[in-house]
Amino acid sequence: MAACSVEELLAKAEQEEAEKLKSISVQKELDLEFDVGNLLACDKNRIESRDFREKKRDDFLRALARDNTQLLINEIWKLPTERVEEVIVAKLPEQTTRLPREKPPPKPKAPTKWEQFAKLKGIQKKKKTNLVWDETAKEWRRRWGYKRANDDTKDWLIEVPETADPNEDQFAKRNKAKKERVAKNELNRLRNIARAQKVKTPGAGLLPKAQQSKDELVKAMSVAKTSTASVGRFQDRLPKEKPPKNSGKKRKFEPLIGDFSSEKQKQLELLKTIGSKSPKLDITKAVNTQMREEDREEAAARRRKGAGGKGRKGNTAGRGKGKGKGKGPKGKGGKPLLFVPAQPCHRKVGRRR
Amino acid sequence: MTQLDGIVKPKTRRSKRFLESRAPKLIEDVKNTMIMKGGNASQTVTTALKDIYSLRKPNAVLYKKKNITRPFEDSTSLEFFSKKSDCSLFLFGSHNKKRPHNFIFGRMFDFHVLDMFELGIEKFISLSQIKTSKFPEGTKPMLIFAGEVFDTDNEYKRLKSLLIDFFRGPTVPAVRLAGLEHVLHFTALEGKIYMRSYRCLLKKSGCRTPRIELEEIGPSFDFVMRRTHLASDDLYKLAHRQPKALKPKKKKNISHDVFGTSFGRVHMQKQDLSKLKTRKMKGLRKRKGEVVNEDQVPKVAKVES
Repeated sequence: MAACSVEELLAKAEQEEAEKLKSISVQKELDLEFDVGNLLACDKNRIESRDFREKKRDDFLRALARDNTQLLINEIWKLPTERVEEVIVAKLPEQTTRLPREKPPPKPKAPTKWEQFAKLKGIQKKKKTNLVWDETAKEWRRRWGYKRANDDTKDWLIEVPETADPNEDQFAKRNKAKKERVAKNELNRLRNIARAQKVKTPGAGLLPKAQQSKDELVKAMSVAKTSTASVGRFQDRLPKEKPPKNSGKKRKFEPLIGDFSSEKQKQLELLKTIGSKSPKLDITKAVNTQMREEDREEAAARRRKGAGGKGRKGNTAGRGKGKGKGKGPKGKGGKPLLFVPAQPCHRKVGRRR
Repeated sequence: MTQLDGIVKPKTRRSKRFLESRAPKLIEDVKNTMIMKGGNASQTVTTALKDIYSLRKPNAVLYKKKNITRPFEDSTSLEFFSKKSDCSLFLFGSHNKKRPHNFIFGRMFDFHVLDMFELGIEKFISLSQIKTSKFPEGTKPMLIFAGEVFDTDNEYKRLKSLLIDFFRGPTVPAVRLAGLEHVLHFTALEGKIYMRSYRCLLKKSGCRTPRIELEEIGPSFDFVMRRTHLASDDLYKLAHRQPKALKPKKKKNISHDVFGTSFGRVHMQKQDLSKLKTRKMKGLRKRKGEVVNEDQVPKVAKVES
């Protein structure tokens, strides 16, 4: 009898469990495929088209969706959970569906020149402390940057070493040395980048390009010419080659304390021209310039007329007038419509070409 | 940012961060989507585009202007857009007499078109037409694909992969159990694809796992498959290639037996057993005057190690 009752109890327990699970169990022919990492489920069962058409479509779809979702939720509820800030979360496993990437995987960076050398010699990177003890300020300061320890730039006194020229500016020397170091660093950094990207860098002069302009070619040639041991002084020039102009300094200044007599002459001439009443004007040059300008304007107007058509006439006429007006008030002594400066000045009239 | 033959060198920290966010990474973040209209777009198409944009809200851009391009003939302008906005998924909606209410779903690899699917909308019910309460945007949806054709037909397989890419949210390590509200259900039947979006209510059941009740919200589409443009197999394989660094490192010398016990293997150099230091046995210590056997260990002054 006890055995019967035990059996009965077991049967009852099973029934109860089945009842409980009834609400969440779903019968399917084929099991679904789950990818819980992506919250994905795939149902491969055949959908009966007859059912589909008989019932209303949406209801059928909704019932199907409900069943599938129930199965997916059952799967998700099997995952291990943990409590994060009063919220229960389930930890998702890895994704099983393979999806294509957005971009190709990154290529490992090529080692720089120093990194190659360090690897060869077995030099390890030494980690440096962030703060350094500063004796003068008696506190910990950062190694570099704002308010650094042992700041070189804030020295108000630099001792002139024994071997140095007493008239040399030590502060300027320090600044120059720093600039050189920064420039060298930058050059090496760019060279590393170029080597990593396999971009061709010019040794000196030209970048390899499809079309080189005339200026670039001339520049490259001049660079090549001066890159000899004697800085191009004994290089022969081609028969028709002109000497390069505007190479090197763009402005030339006289030395402060130079030739006193020539300076005196220059100043006296300047006073003379300021004092004289007649306008300093090179008439031939001015007339030539004006004629050239008029020709150019006419050509431009003709071109515009040809391109724009009749509607443009008014525009060009207005323009011509405007330009004339702009020049008009400037003309004081001499012929009208001439480009004459209001005051005679030292510079020569006319456009330098 | 200065540019030299396509190499952009950042001049500020901000631009450097921007470039780094767009550079290829080992583990990629969420794909962005760009949603755009074609030369002619009907009311259905515009509302549908807006609805899908709201589904994908933080990771999508919706362009207002019309773009007169034909993706299937010339995809260069799409690729240009994707490069500029760093989006690898796109959705192009258009409408003409030959192809009414047209949607083109597509994805890119390395800013070149990988796959494109043209789906025509036959029936569309928008978010605003179904009046129920909605959930906040950005919830990760559950995706369910029904229909055996999603596994048998090659085109449908690719379409399934594209739809997964499109609609799954960001990859998360854990998910809040109460926050599993959104379900997207795709059914493929008789050449048509039905997409329904439901809100899932977790009801009490007898045991721990809740019972699901679904409530239809959200846009519902009836798609019909039109043209497709699939990537070649090698390009597809190339797109799937994962960098080696992502592969989990296999620990050598560890093995497991049937019961789950893990065994390890330790390799050592050859030991000279005669010099082995064992426990002190006082009784065996050599006394003064005793004869030392040849095979006994000669006792040297012990250095405590």
